[in-house]
Amino acid sequence: MALSRDQIAMRVAQEFEDGNYVNLGIGIPTLAANYVPKHIEVMLQSENGLLGMGPYPTEDQVDADMINAGKETVTAAAGASIFDSAESFAMIRGGHVDFTVLGAFEVDVSGSIASWMIPGKLIKGMGGAMDLVAGAKNIIVTMTHADKHGNSKLLPACTLPLTGVNCITRIITDLAVLEVKDKAFHLRERAPGVDIKEIIEKTAGKLVIDGDIPEMTIN
Amino acid sequence: MAGFDKVVTSYADAMHGLEDNMTIIAGGFGLCGIPEGLIAEVKRMGTKGLTVVSNNCGVDGFGLGVLLEDKQIKKMVSSYVGENALFEKQLLNGELEVELTPQGTLAEKMRAGGAGIPAFYTATGFGTPVGEGKESRQFNGRDYILEEAITGDFAIIKAWKADRYGNCMYRHTAMNFNPMAATAGKITVVEVEEIVEVGELEPSQIHTPGIYVDRVIQGSFEKRIERLVTSKGA
Repeated sequence: MALSRDQIAMRVAQEFEDGNYVNLGIGIPTLAANYVPKHIEVMLQSENGLLGMGPYPTEDQVDADMINAGKETVTAAAGASIFDSAESFAMIRGGHVDFTVLGAFEVDVSGSIASWMIPGKLIKGMGGAMDLVAGAKNIIVTMTHADKHGNSKLLPACTLPLTGVNCITRIITDLAVLEVKDKAFHLRERAPGVDIKEIIEKTAGKLVIDGDIPEMTIN
Repeated sequence: MAGFDKVVTSYADAMHGLEDNMTIIAGGFGLCGIPEGLIAEVKRMGTKGLTVVSNNCGVDGFGLGVLLEDKQIKKMVSSYVGENALFEKQLLNGELEVELTPQGTLAEKMRAGGAGIPAFYTATGFGTPVGEGKESRQFNGRDYILEEAITGDFAIIKAWKADRYGNCMYRHTAMNFNPMAATAGKITVVEVEEIVEVGELEPSQIHTPGIYVDRVIQGSFEKRIERLVTSKGA
């Protein structure tokens, strides 16, 4: 069965290592914060200027001066630091953030990503996404493998305007975990109960399947 | 005003000199850390043809969004503008121009503008619509684009505390773009929650040194929350 949004987030959280600094995009990536394994510590970076983002505030803790990059009220965790936007993006551009996790409309075999603009639809802006994909050491894309019409989002070449070129190394979808290298998607894991045939059908770009592909562990 | 005393007592004095077709750089991220009273004064003045540089353009009826109501903004330079129906309408009508700029590039453009650096190379945006028409160059085998600095005729800033000399401190994530914006205005105006006497702020804790600041005004703030999210709590 295809994974739910929360199950994708659970699988994402397994990528983190103890001591990682992580920036999570809006949507499924944000959910990954709920599933960080108990035995490790990660620190969340929010690009509006907070390193060490804590949980949402209780009603008593709400403070208009304390928000995250999604403009939601948040708290600062113990050990947090707060800084200006240039400092925040120095961390990002300088390669100090270990992981960034974000959603996408399309990813291609070169590791290019399109995530911010659909021509003909209203363009709201890229926010910090272009900086994040240009700067983070490891970038994980989370998305559904295909759109609601069944069209693959893993392409030979992106068709939409790009967010960044040659930057994505890992994709976690509702069907599979894939690595992007040597101009191909390399299948690493499949969602529990998902047939490899379905993954092949829904991957438009070159797909490399090497040996037995294990099922993901989701819990 | 005498010597280094930057305090003004009216919003009219705070924004004195603002004229049509000028560029305003505004601090703030969403509705967090925005100079509410200075924005209201720009609306009251009715200044037109403005280029406004700010990460966002407020929401309908609040923040920079109020400057759309009388079509005072000609061009907006922002990273994300999706929160505003009037913005969308004016953009589609061709009444408003928008230059979408990656958030980190926007911050760095302000920082560079204030620091006398005319342009800088960044990997952000290479190979995307943002990089189109811009000079590019390789360093150590990686591609970068040349981005130009931004300065403004005015910078409007929201700080937590300032002393009469214009030394400023910000509170929590209301800091955001304010420190860079403060450096990049020909005239920098800071609206603060509290003006304190000179010597009250610990020198090493000051975020924006007074040298960047021309005017300080005591404000009063609604501090509207854009997305209130709470946890159940223990």
